[in-house]
Amino acid sequence: MAILSLENVSFSYDKHSNAVKDVSLSVEKGEYVAIIGHNGSGKSTLAKLFNGLVLPDKGSVIVDGFSTLNKKEVFEIRKRVGVVFQNPDNQLVASIVEDDVAFGPENLGIKREEIGQRIEFALSAVGMEKFRHSSPTRLSGGQKQRIAIAGVLALKPQILVLDESTAMLDPQGRKEVLEVIKKLNQDNGVTVITITHYMDEVVDADKVYVINDGKIALCGTPQEIFNQKEVIKGFGLELPLCAEIRDKLARQGVILPDGILTKERLAEELCALKRKS
Amino acid sequence: MKDVTFGQYFPAKSFVHNMDARVKILAVIAYIVAVFLVKAFHFLGFLACFLFVIIATIFSRVPFLKVLRSIKGILFFIILSAILQIFFNADGKILLEWKFIKITDKGLLNAGFIVARISLIVLGASLLTLTTSPVEIADGIESLMYPLKWIKFPVHEFALIMSIALRFIPTLLDETDRIIKAQKARGADFESGNLFKRAKALIPVLIPLLISSFRRADELADAMDARCYSGSKNRTKYKKMRLTWRDAVATVFIAGLIVGVVFLNKFYWLLVV
Repeated sequence: MAILSLENVSFSYDKHSNAVKDVSLSVEKGEYVAIIGHNGSGKSTLAKLFNGLVLPDKGSVIVDGFSTLNKKEVFEIRKRVGVVFQNPDNQLVASIVEDDVAFGPENLGIKREEIGQRIEFALSAVGMEKFRHSSPTRLSGGQKQRIAIAGVLALKPQILVLDESTAMLDPQGRKEVLEVIKKLNQDNGVTVITITHYMDEVVDADKVYVINDGKIALCGTPQEIFNQKEVIKGFGLELPLCAEIRDKLARQGVILPDGILTKERLAEELCALKRKS
Repeated sequence: MKDVTFGQYFPAKSFVHNMDARVKILAVIAYIVAVFLVKAFHFLGFLACFLFVIIATIFSRVPFLKVLRSIKGILFFIILSAILQIFFNADGKILLEWKFIKITDKGLLNAGFIVARISLIVLGASLLTLTTSPVEIADGIESLMYPLKWIKFPVHEFALIMSIALRFIPTLLDETDRIIKAQKARGADFESGNLFKRAKALIPVLIPLLISSFRRADELADAMDARCYSGSKNRTKYKKMRLTWRDAVATVFIAGLIVGVVFLNKFYWLLVV
């Protein structure tokens, strides 16, 4: 059964144009789902629809059997759907790391002893145990964002939504955050929905949704999506770097098989080609 | 600008640092009361207060010079009030007269008294901010204001506002720095012209700062909502402040000071004559 599903959801900030138009999608437990789209495609609005920060004008958002339209259930939904936003600076509420991670559990009314355990769990999940008593202002962007993720993990959510959470980070910070997310998905079985416009973050996903103009334009595995090169480019998106390299090589007469998305795969194919020649 | 710490917190491990913030806040209030209790010209009472500050400083492991330096911030104010007392107090025996200025013995005594009083208060208060981080002070104030809940004062909200404000000071300082650089790169001039011109030059800094603060507030509200924030109802608190033997010792000590000052007020003649 799907843990999160959207049924014919439409939403608009003003009356003239819809940010999200008739979107239906479903996410299974333990899945790693990527949602991509260019700026202004409505993908960030989706993140807010997932946990009831905005409510659908039409259709419904169902999380684990709870609907965001039901005011009494919003709390239950936010417990299950943790959202990490773009700017780490604007998500941290406290001046000390452990106080910030404690913020969520405190809101749930959890007992002190258990909050302590949750802080330990959340900080070790993102590899930031050493910084428990530090001030976030002295950390790097990637480290701050990992604290923000820990703050969400302390709520023990079943679904982790990342709304462009790597967009403001440098390549090193982006790598740190991605590794943490992959680990959480694989080892802790957390369902991950990542909303991004970095194509390289998409290649490991189980399922990819392409959003264009508020609608789902494409849906499929990364392979299926990136095989439709012209369509992707038509939506103002780029191909993953390795797919781009493959295409450029092909134009120079070095033909590699289609569907190369990762560095490893590219290296393998290049080696195979070298052995052949 | 990243390393600007708000206030003047001096991190160390000491008796005073380890005290409960609430006790420290109350102790400083009690200390200020003691300073005000000292009757006019009973300088021995001030000596007792000064000794108290010195002992507290020794137990806080803050360099004494650092505590003294706190007076620098209000030096102008101290000098001004001393001058006013010396030159414009006409009471008492005239020591020196020149045109309309009369310097009297009472004026000099008054000036000394006021300087001592202000300096002692600042010394004591700065010892609090030197040994207590802003977060601890905010938590302490929240805890002390708890009884106000009875008159429906939103204590939790007030404390949250304080701590979020503290949390955002370094972030906003950073941002101010960035905006100033960006405006300078566009040819803005912050260094020349008179005071009025310079103040006007700050407008292109303040407006972007204000707008971005609103954006930040909006995003922070979303992030807090997403983490199940719903006011103080059913909320627990992870950090608990605990009273220890240190607080008991300090309480006895501050009580001793007040008793001492009152005793000196009553029996001053015994010691002086």
